[in-house]
Amino acid sequence: MSDNKNGWKDIPIGGMIKKAGNAFEYKTGDWRVYRPVIDREKCIDCLLCWIHCPDSAIKVEDAKIVEVDYDHCKGCGICAEVCPVNCIKMEKEN
Amino acid sequence: MANRIALTGDQTAAYAMKQIEPDVVAAYPITPQTEIVMSFSQYVADGEVKTEMIPVESEHSAMSACVGSAAAGARTMTATSANGLALMWEIVYIASSTRLPIVMPVVNRALSAPINIHCDHSDTMGTRDSGWIQFYCENAQEVYENLIIAPRIAEHPDILLPVMVCQDGFITSHAVEALEPFDDKDVKEFIGEYKPEQTLLDINKPLTYGPLDLQDYYFEHKRQQSEAMLNAKNKIPEVFDEFEKKFGKKFDFVERYKLDDADIAVVVLSSTAGNVKVVIDQLRDKGIKAGLLKPKIFRPFPDDEIIEALSGLKAVAVMDRSESFSNQGGPLFNEIRSAFYESDKKIPIVNYIFGLGGRDIDLEMIESVYNDLMKIVEAGKINKKVNYLGVR
Ligand code: SF4
Ligand code: SF4
Repeated sequence: MSDNKNGWKDIPIGGMIKKAGNAFEYKTGDWRVYRPVIDREKCIDCLLCWIHCPDSAIKVEDAKIVEVDYDHCKGCGICAEVCPVNCIKMEKEN
Repeated sequence: MANRIALTGDQTAAYAMKQIEPDVVAAYPITPQTEIVMSFSQYVADGEVKTEMIPVESEHSAMSACVGSAAAGARTMTATSANGLALMWEIVYIASSTRLPIVMPVVNRALSAPINIHCDHSDTMGTRDSGWIQFYCENAQEVYENLIIAPRIAEHPDILLPVMVCQDGFITSHAVEALEPFDDKDVKEFIGEYKPEQTLLDINKPLTYGPLDLQDYYFEHKRQQSEAMLNAKNKIPEVFDEFEKKFGKKFDFVERYKLDDADIAVVVLSSTAGNVKVVIDQLRDKGIKAGLLKPKIFRPFPDDEIIEALSGLKAVAVMDRSESFSNQGGPLFNEIRSAFYESDKKIPIVNYIFGLGGRDIDLEMIESVYNDLMKIVEAGKINKKVNYLGVR
């Protein structure tokens, strides 16, 4: 659990979430066992990994793969599985 | 002379619901449901209320629909009883934890097994830790008044907790009594319009209810619920005051009957308090200083009021119409004894479990409790902490 979380007096009651899209603030990447590493040399920017990633953790700019968002990537390996040129390696986290 | 109508406890609850005219009532229409829902659906069918009535396929679905409706910002009610409440269980907790001000009349009846449809408090006492506010009513008039005050308490911005208004199965629910209702207009004015701070359907302020809440925030949300119940204890008297201003009737957490000069007293919830009053009058004729304390609200627990009311006594019997199987007596007894732990006054307090499954509680039995109390005062000690009254 990360620090500096609000106490009971400072959070909405009943577990209500009042801000849309705040799941982004919740870091789901800290329980990853394998991390996907993209070999940019081989990547053809087909974006299949981006479409399939269940956590929207593949970042794209101008229709090109930029990086993996490791704060949210849970290491499921789907991206590596769907990559047509096998340029994503799942490397063991230390 | 006030307007008087003859209604059963069930019909009384439905009549109060008619005057409250909630936006939505979602309820299961058949057994173990009671006449409350039947009578109310008649009002809906006759066009006497504009309430959206949702008949659902189970009590679990009834409370689920209420959760959705209340989250959408509708003033929401339902009703239940006994095993119906047991089937709702999961959602009963979700309603209070999601802080939805649902109001629910409950007809107290025994839980199976063996199958029994008669009065005891095992159904709602089982939900005493669910975070609902709980009223217990002696008669139909109390059912009515407690239901009228309930939405104001549930919807209070510092409280926001659901409320159960409990009446005794058959004894109150099926017996016809003379009800003195308030004017429709006065009720409407007292309750006012329900204006929730936020609702699920307000697309300009998107809101999520009931998300995943793990080790990092769940505890904080539970802590908020404790605070809400504490707020309820502190804020309910303000609502009592407004009720008195509007309807000219005093309201309190507890009712005392001939308690001020009493030596011995019984504490009991709901309809049995009526029987106890009769016995007290008989004992008073014989010069015995007997009294009664009837908690009208069990959640939030009125500890200060109870300690204050009982402190001058020489012995007290707490009567529980449910068994907790803790070997330590019933729930009311346990909480009262616990409340006294810090008190300087150490009063002998004994417990009587009675009336399970609708077993009659007659005046002789109640008198025997007072006789036991006199023996305790005489001997200066308790023989048996937990007693079973009226069991063979
Ligand atoms: S491993 Fe899974 S979560 Fe991580 S980037 Fe690939 S598809 Fe997304
Ligand atoms: S699937 Fe493979 S080739 Fe396609 S964009 Fe992703 S990493 Fe590049």
